Amino acid sequence: MLKMTDVSKVYRTELIETHALRNLNLEVSEGEFVAVTGPSGSGKTTFLNIAGLLEKPTGGSYELDGEDVGRLSDDAAARIRNEKVGFIFQSFNLIPDLNLYDNVDVPLRYRRWSGKQRRKAIENALELVGLASRANYLPSQLSGGQQQRVAIARALAGQPRFLLADEPTGNLDSLMARQVMDMLEAINGEGTTIVMVTHDQELARRAQRNIQVLDGQVSDLDTLYQARVDRLAREDSAHV
Amino acid sequence: MFSYYLKLALRSIRRNPVLSTLMVLALGLGIGAFMTTYTVYYLMSGDPIPHKSDVLYAVQLDNWDPNDPPTESQRDVQPQLTWRDAEYLMHNPTPASDQAAMYRTGAIVETGSEGQTPFEGNIRATYPSFFPMFDVPFRYGRPWDLAAESGHERVVVLSRKMNDELFEGENSLGRTVKFNDTPFQVVGVLDDWRPTPRFYQVDSGGTFGDAEDFYVPLNTAVDRVFLPHGNVNCWLEPDGGGIEAFLRSECVWLQFWAELATPDEAASYKDFLDNYVRSQKETGRFPRPLNTFITPVMEWMDVMEVVSTDNRVLVRVAFLFLLVCVLNTVGLLLAKFLGKCPEVALRRAMGASRRAIFSQNLVEIGLIGVLGGAVGLAFAWLGLQLIDKLYRGYQHLVHLDAVMLVTALVIAVAASIAAGLYPVWRVTRLAPAGFLKTQ
Repeated sequence: MLKMTDVSKVYRTELIETHALRNLNLEVSEGEFVAVTGPSGSGKTTFLNIAGLLEKPTGGSYELDGEDVGRLSDDAAARIRNEKVGFIFQSFNLIPDLNLYDNVDVPLRYRRWSGKQRRKAIENALELVGLASRANYLPSQLSGGQQQRVAIARALAGQPRFLLADEPTGNLDSLMARQVMDMLEAINGEGTTIVMVTHDQELARRAQRNIQVLDGQVSDLDTLYQARVDRLAREDSAHV
Repeated sequence: MFSYYLKLALRSIRRNPVLSTLMVLALGLGIGAFMTTYTVYYLMSGDPIPHKSDVLYAVQLDNWDPNDPPTESQRDVQPQLTWRDAEYLMHNPTPASDQAAMYRTGAIVETGSEGQTPFEGNIRATYPSFFPMFDVPFRYGRPWDLAAESGHERVVVLSRKMNDELFEGENSLGRTVKFNDTPFQVVGVLDDWRPTPRFYQVDSGGTFGDAEDFYVPLNTAVDRVFLPHGNVNCWLEPDGGGIEAFLRSECVWLQFWAELATPDEAASYKDFLDNYVRSQKETGRFPRPLNTFITPVMEWMDVMEVVSTDNRVLVRVAFLFLLVCVLNTVGLLLAKFLGKCPEVALRRAMGASRRAIFSQNLVEIGLIGVLGGAVGLAFAWLGLQLIDKLYRGYQHLVHLDAVMLVTALVIAVAASIAAGLYPVWRVTRLAPAGFLKTQ
């Protein structure tokens, strides 16, 4: 589903060069639920931005769903984000003066679906997160947990195959965090691949696989080992 | 998507009412000031007779004082003719398709009806060719004929407005109107006719006012000693007193127009005038070098400076003011759109292309432009009302016609888009990742 090979990201200014990712290698299979942890400044967010095609890597290759997406044009990246990727953010990122229905409608508007298709998808998504009866509410009329459920509905409405969650429970109390996590597990159970960045080790343990990013590199031994095996195999085949 | 973008634009305008109002007011003020001055300029400089303006020519002959400074431009030559020259041209064969001499005069008007108060009426004394030459429409009757002109008959053509006032709009052919106690018989009633500017006499006040209320044969008017109410300029005192001496004098007071259908006809007519002046020089008249001019309508408007330099300067100043308003709006839009960065970033993350973001915001600034245009039109209307109150004779210039309404809206939308292009381009280029963490 997702395959990053030797991905690096360097931010340059006139005075300083910052290596946010250094030869990061990672493979996530279809239907996996992967938790990405790591201290602040380790490169988690940069990894998530590149995975979500919000930024381009400086080096290496990135394949999403079998397609090389590391060097896509801006419009092509937008199209793939719209069709294949769902985002859930720590601060929900709902548009405050749109009601829940219109917030969930945002990604669908760029999908060129008919009004009927969109309406059905929005109603289903709100139904899934238990907020169908509050479609006309504004985000400010909901609790934090409910707002995050709306954000999940928005991410799911377009039926993406890949969900990226950036600290989805970071702004929630523990009870609501567990509810959101239950929901993500259920979504994953339906076959959606999820990559979740979190600080919370307890939540991370609920994922199928844990990856730690340190100094811009994946420190998960299994992954490192697998990446090394893959590289050797590539070198062997090149020699043959 | 347009309806979606329009809905978002309305929502965005409502979200920042103060900023939105400031932008609409800034644009509105600029548009209002510009449209006020430009409307006056546009109507002043309009073609009063578009289908014929290129074949109607004003005639100038330079009979003036030889001691005056040399002629440097057409403007230095008198715009009117003497009675002797006008009469010669009217009564001798010329290459022109048609010609008309004329002057503005006035008289005390009565109809003899009970309760009708005498008043001073505006009269144009002219030849019957005036009407077909200038395509003057008739409601009843027709112009007097040449026999009536040469017979100095007392006949009159009324404007529609005057026929409404004197005869309640009825067919008044055959009725009588008295000028200075002399009865004139109505032979025609005009339909609505108001050339703007009143091109056939622009040398004195009232260029933008109504056309005259009464039209009488020129020879009859001279017979009845209807004195000219326009400019009368003389470089030599008339040789004696009375109307006969005045008519023999070198005083200029008649406007003279010729219809010249083709360039060849115009060239032949110009030669004819030159030859006439040369023949007059042999009699001791026309002591200055040969300066005859024939000038089509729109060039004549320029020569006579119908649109004043002040008015042109005002239009330029108003345009600069509009530019200042647009620049202010750029600043306000920049503030507004930078405030929208988090939402733009979110939409980009959700799959909106740069083009979609650009289109969405373009609709918003277009809407601001339409609102600014509407406010600008209201300001322009107020400005024109003010002009109407402050200046007499501009009453036909102080209205916004359909062309001006559309122009105002187009300018407003173009100005708002010009103001918004940079701010919209800025938000379109932003990197979404930087704003998604910080909402």
